[in-house]
Amino acid sequence: METKPRTPVLWLHGLECTCCSESFIRSAHPLVKDVVLSMISLDYDDTLMAAAGHQAEAALEETMRKYKGEYILAVEGNPPLNEDGMFCIVGGKPFIEQLRHVAKDAKAVIAWGSCASWGCVQAARPNPTQAVPIHKVITDKPIVKVPGCPPIAEVMTGVITYMLTFGKLPELDRQGRPKMFYGQRIHDKCYRRPHFDAGQFVEHWDDEGARKGYCLYKVGCKGPTSYNACSTVRWNEGTSFPIQAGHGCIGCSEDGFWDKGSFYERLTTIPQFGIEKNADEIGAAVAGGVGAAIAAHAAVTAIKRLQNKGDRP
Amino acid sequence: MSSLPNASQLDKSGRRIVVDPVTRIEGHMRCEVNVDASNVITNAVSTGTMWRGLEVILKGRDPRDAWAFVERICGVCTGTHALTSVRAVEDALDIRIPYNAHLIRNLMDKTLQVHDHIVHFYHLHALDWVNPVNALKADPKATSALQQAVSPAHAKSSPGYFRDVQTRLKKFVESGQLGLFSNGYWDNPAYKLPPEADLMAVAHYLEALDLQKDIVKIHTIFGGKNPHPNYMVGGVACAINLDDVGAAGAPVNMTSLNFVLERIHEAREFTRNVYLPDVLAVAGIYKDWLYGGGLAAHNLLSYGTFTKVPYDKSSDLLPAGAIVGGNWDEVLPVDVRDPEEIQEFVSHSWYSYADETKGLHPWDGVTEPKFELGPNTKGSRTHIQEIDEAHKYSWIKAPRWRGHAMEVGPLARYIIAYASGREYVKEQVDRSLAAFNQSTGLNLGLKQFLPSTLGRTLARALECELAVDSMLDDWQALVGNIKAGDRATANVEKWDPSTWPKEAKGVGINEAPRGALGHWIRIKDGKIENYQAIVPTTWNGTPRDHLGNIGAYEAALLNTRMERPDEPVEILRTLHSFDPCLACSTHVMSPDGQELTRVKVR
Repeated sequence: METKPRTPVLWLHGLECTCCSESFIRSAHPLVKDVVLSMISLDYDDTLMAAAGHQAEAALEETMRKYKGEYILAVEGNPPLNEDGMFCIVGGKPFIEQLRHVAKDAKAVIAWGSCASWGCVQAARPNPTQAVPIHKVITDKPIVKVPGCPPIAEVMTGVITYMLTFGKLPELDRQGRPKMFYGQRIHDKCYRRPHFDAGQFVEHWDDEGARKGYCLYKVGCKGPTSYNACSTVRWNEGTSFPIQAGHGCIGCSEDGFWDKGSFYERLTTIPQFGIEKNADEIGAAVAGGVGAAIAAHAAVTAIKRLQNKGDRP
Repeated sequence: MSSLPNASQLDKSGRRIVVDPVTRIEGHMRCEVNVDASNVITNAVSTGTMWRGLEVILKGRDPRDAWAFVERICGVCTGTHALTSVRAVEDALDIRIPYNAHLIRNLMDKTLQVHDHIVHFYHLHALDWVNPVNALKADPKATSALQQAVSPAHAKSSPGYFRDVQTRLKKFVESGQLGLFSNGYWDNPAYKLPPEADLMAVAHYLEALDLQKDIVKIHTIFGGKNPHPNYMVGGVACAINLDDVGAAGAPVNMTSLNFVLERIHEAREFTRNVYLPDVLAVAGIYKDWLYGGGLAAHNLLSYGTFTKVPYDKSSDLLPAGAIVGGNWDEVLPVDVRDPEEIQEFVSHSWYSYADETKGLHPWDGVTEPKFELGPNTKGSRTHIQEIDEAHKYSWIKAPRWRGHAMEVGPLARYIIAYASGREYVKEQVDRSLAAFNQSTGLNLGLKQFLPSTLGRTLARALECELAVDSMLDDWQALVGNIKAGDRATANVEKWDPSTWPKEAKGVGINEAPRGALGHWIRIKDGKIENYQAIVPTTWNGTPRDHLGNIGAYEAALLNTRMERPDEPVEILRTLHSFDPCLACSTHVMSPDGQELTRVKVR
């Protein structure tokens, strides 16, 4: 165990904002210093590595040669296709070339965040650089998608340590996300869910409901259609999460969340309520559209609540 | 003070050195320099190598959503674009936020400043000065003595502590897998710290890594997460409830206020006992390396920040202003609305204007991408070996203030604050220079010391101290205001778009960790008609303009002597002193949303 080489990780950056790297270094368990000193060998990551230019590229090539088929490729950001890929240049060449080159001999690929997984903000309409998620470019390797803008730190290190500890990829849903973190909606485990069920809502910012921690559904919360671990793992060592801090979820781990209407628009369709339904059974949940499912759901849960009340001894 | 060279005067005859990618920055950047026979840099070219086009994506969207889009300009300076965006929208719609919201936004903004500066110094910049491999030669006892001499108040200072750190580092290096330290320049004579200082710095690299994850929890309390906390037009979404039913589940309550105060104290201790002493210790040992001044000795710009009294810019702890030609005796006023003051040029950027000798104010900005390389480029369109800086050569535009290239950032803020007579800043700067002169036996004046790579790094640390100190004031003011009976956190009078004028325009400004930040917005029929941002790295990383004025990065690299031209330690040192943020600088896009280049699927 002691002499076994640490698994090399090559971390590439395309069009992105580096929020994924920033999130990664926030990990509290494990601490990121323990990850990079004792668990993996982060041989290339242009945000943190000491070497630059030719020496940085040489470090990348050396790991690819020495650990052919054994290294993990982690991708933050995505490649643009317009302008021959020259909207993102690394080493004088289009990023997409580096991405394909490093993917070729990778054992597995991790798509960090919503950029690599779905396209994220630069791919929002009209996607001027024609930025695409990495699965459009890497088609012959398993890709673990860890969406979110950014993903939660402990989810990121959790995915990596799972792979190192159990020697396999985590179980993925149909969209390629680890079921352990993306199998349920934020709404399913939200601490304000009882207020939803009771029909107690924040109607306006800073009203009495906001001060009492009522449900944010009416001011646009996307928790009912967003698959992520924010309400369970929470953020920054479990300190809080967006809903607890009073703002609705903006759905940042969902495919195309930028183009699903305003963050303050009320969801009008929430398909298939009930925590027993996982992401695959429901399929890609769609925010927006028309319908009164939400009202029906609220009514049903309110009735259930009354029934439960009645059942109490 | 030497005069600033024009691009036409730069000597390109010597050997060309290419650094791509420039690492330990945010985003993608390339740097090329020419060195003469003595390995002195005679020409420097910095290229922004990414472009995302966020402003066109914003066109036609709800202005209340804009903060979330532009927050994703940058995940390192996370929150600063969101704050600047809500300010721009509030300016356009004439919305005034409650005092509690002002204070909470201040706390969040300063949290970013403190976090960003600490991470910058330890995780992006330190390896330009610190040699972790050399730390293996250190005597832990001597390191302990050094720590106690440099900062007697820091608790982690025992010989056993440093022995443990060294043992861990030794195990790491002996594994043969150097990870992030692979292919570093560890036998380059540019590294000058004694092994004990290297070991102390490695320990602090790790301590800072632990600390940084805690200070951002202030964002998590008020904004729900970090990176990318939530903001809101009209105030803040985190309602206050101290003593009523539901307080325990409310965002701001007694426990979360206590939690925030703890984080401020931790960050304050670290800044005073670790960060500032480390910067001064490094500066003392590199006392002869006073390169990197460049534009800092000439032109500086700040929009002012840390406003104490809401909407009263004269209460900025770091004031707005411009200094031109190195004249510290006159701090000029800056008006971000004046079409004659701030303008962007594109003669050397991968965009086109109808007339590229003219600049455009951001409210009237045009951005049409045009990726083309000059005739003297070596390599090809998709494999650039050497760039032709006589032509277009960067995805960054060239902003100018009254025609001048300007340096922005902590050093600009500090020189402007010093020149404006801000007492807190004067005391900090004078104290630091005195300590530097005392420890080195030198007798440098401020104008010799501050405009330099080291001066830039020191200003950032001093600013961290100012930010964290004033967070205590903000926290006290917040509690005081709540005590006085004010619980308001949002002004919702103009939340509904039906209350807005048919057309409006506004500007939001801030001082981001890296410098002056402005967002200009036009709203029409409740939607965004035009959105433009000019960010700090656009100023500092600017390419040349049509008159040959060079920007801060390029100017700062000139005249620097490299120990080994193949190993860009000195280039990295100076570029990192600006803390480049390329995703920020290169996202600018057409306000009109005109058709861009056609899709070419490769």
